[in-house]
Amino acid sequence: MSAGLGAVFMHGNRFRHNLLTALLLAPATAWLVVFLVLPFIAIAVFSVGERAPEGGYQAAFTLAQYANLPARATAFWNTMMLAPVGALACLLVAYPVAYYLALKAPQRWRLILLALVVIPFWTSLLMRTYAWMYILGGRGIPALLAFVGIEDVRLINTPGAVLLGIVYGYLPLMILPIYVSLERLDRRLLEASADLGATPFSTFLGVTLKLSLPGVMTGFSLVMILLLGEYLIPTLLGGGKVFFIGNALVDLFLQSRNWPFGSAIAITLVAVSVVVLIAANRISTRVSGARRVDLI
Amino acid sequence: MSKSYRDGLPISPENFVDQLMRLKRGSIGRRDFLGLTGLGIATAVMAREIGIMPTPAFAAENLGDRMSIATWPNYHDPQTFENFKKDTGVAVEVNVFGSNEEMLAKLQAGASGWSLFVPTNYTISTYKKLGIIDPLDMAKLPNFDGSQEDPRFTGEGTIDGTTYAVPKNWGTTGFAVNTKKLAKPMTSWKEFWDVAMTEGDGRTMVHDYQLTTIGNALKYYGYSFNSLKQDELAKAEELLLKVKPHLFAVSSDYQPGMRAGDAWMTMCWTNDGAQLHRDIPEIAYVLGKEGGEIWTDFYAIPKDAPNKPAGYALLNYLMTPEVAVKEHLANGAPSTDARVNKLLPKEVLDNPILYPAADLLTPLEFGAAATLTDPGRAELMARFKSA
Repeated sequence: MSAGLGAVFMHGNRFRHNLLTALLLAPATAWLVVFLVLPFIAIAVFSVGERAPEGGYQAAFTLAQYANLPARATAFWNTMMLAPVGALACLLVAYPVAYYLALKAPQRWRLILLALVVIPFWTSLLMRTYAWMYILGGRGIPALLAFVGIEDVRLINTPGAVLLGIVYGYLPLMILPIYVSLERLDRRLLEASADLGATPFSTFLGVTLKLSLPGVMTGFSLVMILLLGEYLIPTLLGGGKVFFIGNALVDLFLQSRNWPFGSAIAITLVAVSVVVLIAANRISTRVSGARRVDLI
Repeated sequence: MSKSYRDGLPISPENFVDQLMRLKRGSIGRRDFLGLTGLGIATAVMAREIGIMPTPAFAAENLGDRMSIATWPNYHDPQTFENFKKDTGVAVEVNVFGSNEEMLAKLQAGASGWSLFVPTNYTISTYKKLGIIDPLDMAKLPNFDGSQEDPRFTGEGTIDGTTYAVPKNWGTTGFAVNTKKLAKPMTSWKEFWDVAMTEGDGRTMVHDYQLTTIGNALKYYGYSFNSLKQDELAKAEELLLKVKPHLFAVSSDYQPGMRAGDAWMTMCWTNDGAQLHRDIPEIAYVLGKEGGEIWTDFYAIPKDAPNKPAGYALLNYLMTPEVAVKEHLANGAPSTDARVNKLLPKEVLDNPILYPAADLLTPLEFGAAATLTDPGRAELMARFKSA
């Protein structure tokens, strides 16, 4: 076989290889274009339009919707408070669970315990949140407490109920990434740390926690992104008394049908989320000193 | 797969592994797949239950085998749709909605898939203006008898002499009170709001609906339920913001809270009031003496309805007094049709929740289309909810 023919053959091979890559990526690309890029463009166009007199969208080119954003300042503020606080509460509950699963649980139980973490996901969040409505409502836990003499306990429609619902709903999303990063932890590092005279606590801080930070940040960012759009749990367990961006969007699209204003808020929410995520990523890179966590 | 004595017997372990390996190799027939996964039975059941195979007698009328209706929660006797399917072979898919705006948004966005829906009086003119509902072909509704309808409730279904919607039932918006917890008798919206901030602190619910929540706050001062006047709305907003920290919830799903005893008082529609009182007698239904809302729900057919023949067939069926009477007994709302009222039991007609005294009805107002679509009221509601 001559060298020239070989080069052509190699070239053909590379061409085939590229074609295969393109074909393999095509479904995902098509999916993203149809369900992410096109809707995003539609929303961007809507956001510079006007509300039609009967509601909906009317073509225009104005920045009035963006100028009106302060009308939903409280909702933005509430969301910016809820998302990190909710994610932090989730983290505080999830970390010990993930730690136990990865480092302490007996090998033969591990898979079963992990399955138990995931199984609730098989039921819709709406159904599970509705169940909490009845557990926290007057005929649930308060009735049990009244039975043992503790009267007039109110749980449903309180901030505590919303936090409980959020931790319950998002816990698996926090546990799994932390579990994965702890599971990969090289046990010899822990021994080395102990050999070098570190106390268990400083070993945990200096080795375990530090090396699991990528998992923590992944879990934290995942939960926070979802919480930025959360509206179901505050509505059902908080009695709809606290207004988040998610609630503002539902009302604008389904109630007052002010689609342009809703679109402007949606675009702003996306922009804010991106900024928050980049900041979180920077912080995590600096703190862990490890490789960057590429989420976006 | 040939028919053999083994059909229907439990599969043996060897056979199972054989089948599994064959599936792994990718060789599978549709029937095998359906049989192995149990989906075959499911398909057969579904076909019967949701009418994939239409009853031959009606296939000639070309009603199709399925249609979809958009309506309100707890609003129909499920048996009605079962019977309709038995008669026509058309399975009815029921979509339940939380507000008129939500229905309007869905219909406006297009391709809702509904062949019949249940809008409230004040939305019909908007639907007509947007050109998304059909004028009704009355020839296809022989069971509807306009002369038997109370004109008070039918007006908004007809625009410029053309009928776009026929009434389903009417009702009022008052409030429900748990009289064991709040013993002091109440008769007005003024008392509703005052009690919400005192004895009913932390126990009162208002609708997550600007039309009624703002409307009934306006009634505190004796203003019109439909007011769009700046100064009057400002007063209503002031009241709402003052009451907000005392509320149990801002939600139109008030039955669970009232039933569990967490909420003692709530804004309430007739049919929910009747259901709550029926199950928990100490829950009373009050119409504010200052007035408030009276409403009629209608049936209408969307312009883009995918199965208009079935939509008309179901509507005509629902207009049969013998069918309608069962609907009213199930959902607890009063009827607009004199033929139906004749069939209702005396205790229903004497129930003051369903058929209030005339002097209480007089000050009530129908919600107006402008009230519903007013951007100012929408923003007021957003400020109230985010306060």
